[in-house]
Amino acid sequence: MADMPIKVVVAKPGLDGHDRGAKVVARSLRDAGMEVVYTGVFQSPESIVKTVLQEDAQVLGISSLSGAHMEYTEAVKDLLEQHGIDDLLVLVGGTIPDEDAVQLKQLGVAEVFGPGTPTAAIVEFIRANAPARTFS
Amino acid sequence: MATLEEPREELRAESAADRARRAEDRWRKERLPGDYERVAPRREQFATGSSIPIKDVYTPADVEDLDPLEDIGLPGEYPYTRGVHASMYRGKPWTIRQVAGFGQAEDTNRRYKYLLAHGETGLSTDFDLPTLLGHDSDHPVYHREVGKIGVAVDSVVDAHALFEGIPLAEISTSLTINASAAPVMAMYAVVADELGVPGAKLTGTAQNDILKEYTAQNEFIFPPEQSIDLVVDTMEWGAKAMPRFNPVNVSGYHIRDAGATAVEELGLTLSAGLTYLERAVARGIQPDTVAPRVSFFFNLANDFLEEIAKLRAARRLWARLMKERLGCTEARSLLMRTHVQTAGVSLTVQQPLNNIARVAIQALAAVLGGTQSLHTNSLDEAMAIPSEEAVKVAVRTQQIVLHETGAADVVDPFAGSYYVESLTTELEERSRELIEQIDGMGGLVEAIKDGYVQQRIADSAWEQQVAVEKGDKVIVGVNGFRDEDEAGTPIEIFRLDEGVVERQMARLKDTKRTREEARAARALRALAVGAGASGNGRNLMPEIEEAVRARCTVGEICDTLREEWGEFKPVSVF
Repeated sequence: MADMPIKVVVAKPGLDGHDRGAKVVARSLRDAGMEVVYTGVFQSPESIVKTVLQEDAQVLGISSLSGAHMEYTEAVKDLLEQHGIDDLLVLVGGTIPDEDAVQLKQLGVAEVFGPGTPTAAIVEFIRANAPARTFS
Repeated sequence: MATLEEPREELRAESAADRARRAEDRWRKERLPGDYERVAPRREQFATGSSIPIKDVYTPADVEDLDPLEDIGLPGEYPYTRGVHASMYRGKPWTIRQVAGFGQAEDTNRRYKYLLAHGETGLSTDFDLPTLLGHDSDHPVYHREVGKIGVAVDSVVDAHALFEGIPLAEISTSLTINASAAPVMAMYAVVADELGVPGAKLTGTAQNDILKEYTAQNEFIFPPEQSIDLVVDTMEWGAKAMPRFNPVNVSGYHIRDAGATAVEELGLTLSAGLTYLERAVARGIQPDTVAPRVSFFFNLANDFLEEIAKLRAARRLWARLMKERLGCTEARSLLMRTHVQTAGVSLTVQQPLNNIARVAIQALAAVLGGTQSLHTNSLDEAMAIPSEEAVKVAVRTQQIVLHETGAADVVDPFAGSYYVESLTTELEERSRELIEQIDGMGGLVEAIKDGYVQQRIADSAWEQQVAVEKGDKVIVGVNGFRDEDEAGTPIEIFRLDEGVVERQMARLKDTKRTREEARAARALRALAVGAGASGNGRNLMPEIEEAVRARCTVGEICDTLREEWGEFKPVSVF
């Protein structure tokens, strides 16, 4: 079963409408052979975690360009913890100031990808770090 | 002597274009190959950002079909290729209009005054996401975004604080608001009225272009049909309440930043403008009563010459569409006035000081293209809301273009350029084709519901990403000329004051506590009744205006409309 595709949820939390980056990343991951679920805009932390659970995703990419990345990521991480999910690879992308990236990593975010990141770097990171898929 | 005279006669009979064509043929055979033998072309093919092929050189042969009067003409005259005013910047310079908005109304008001003190000549407001999406600051989920990327405005109480000490009769104000534009425009009118400023004195614009929200910016609330009717309501109401204020600012900016090419930006923007006006006409409104107050907003990307041509093409195509398609007869209906913002998406986090150069070049193109008003981005805007220092550089950039470069001292200097004229025509034709293609799909609303437009923009964004990753397109500091030290130049990042959300929530509570509750409830009930009957030409603005006067909030007004109309559920394509 080693060739099962990696499953990724790309999510847009809150009211931020900037989805160019999220869509480009989603497409590059799909082209790289991953199974990608894009939530669309206006997601609450609850709906994001629900999608992750429903899809049994290994990776969650949160895209934020509205300055509310800390608040939403914290809320998502809290909910994940409440659901006992500890092996999800959580990534954040968007306009994230350097010092916020440090704080996000302290929260358990595996990596933060800023503007100008080649999509190949994101693909590579996910392949190297995505947890093995769990089967029941 | 006749034998000598004859060839000369022949030469005279030959048109300038034919002579140029012959000369170009000869040059391509005799002159150009030698240069390319010594140094090969940098690329196999050269093309603009819209994939329009670029020749080595352009001659009169490339513009032979252009009529110097019918297609180019003179500034301030049909078809307005050369600009909407005869004198352009030799008289009144463009408006230096920096968009600003963060925190509470008082925070943004202070930034306005800072900008005005440094030479800004018009105001522009960015609202926070809850306001843009019709939610109040105490929303259980979205309170996290209060004041972040714009100013929090819940009620007319905030709007008063926002414009405190600003001479509304003298300065024009742009309101960057769309889905919730109707209540916010009403707030502007009510603030002025309560201060004793007549509506006839108010100038400025509301963005109020909901169609590009569905295609590009994703800040929509209601389904397209009701939303478009609401836009038409504001146009009809605005023509009486604020006759010098532009109620709609049809915007290509966001379409472009979302990934569209210049051709797509033009085609989709003009198609949106037509959609609003044709809806107004269907409601029995004369096009000449509303068309003069439809204004535009374009992006200015890095493709210097294509962008200059784009602004010229936009004016010509709009004038022709208004005359030929809408049957407008008044000159003011035909001319396209536009605001321009330099391309946010072109700014890089890497080596941020380079952004000053990008913005300066883009600003110069906007002026050479004949814009009426200009926002120059700040060098730190790829990271955050701009700091005071950064926004000052952006304002100074416009002042340098105006006072130091001479670009503003002559009208439309690119007229007659074989290349720019040829490109102007090419952009006009290609964007007209896109408009017709969308017509063929049943119009822009159908093309949006179908996901066609969103997919097309996503495809263009993807192609640009691939070009950068393959190295076909170089972005300085990103995929070329990178710094060894990734950390780069440290720049100060603007941070919002702590406590904004709590203070805003407290004010909202106070507003609701002190208002006349019976009047507020009555206003919302009347709005619900009106919204239930919308779609048959009934204008909702009187009800919205009364709700605003009664201190109802943006959230309450939009929730009332949500109850009646529902929310738009988009197709998420990538």
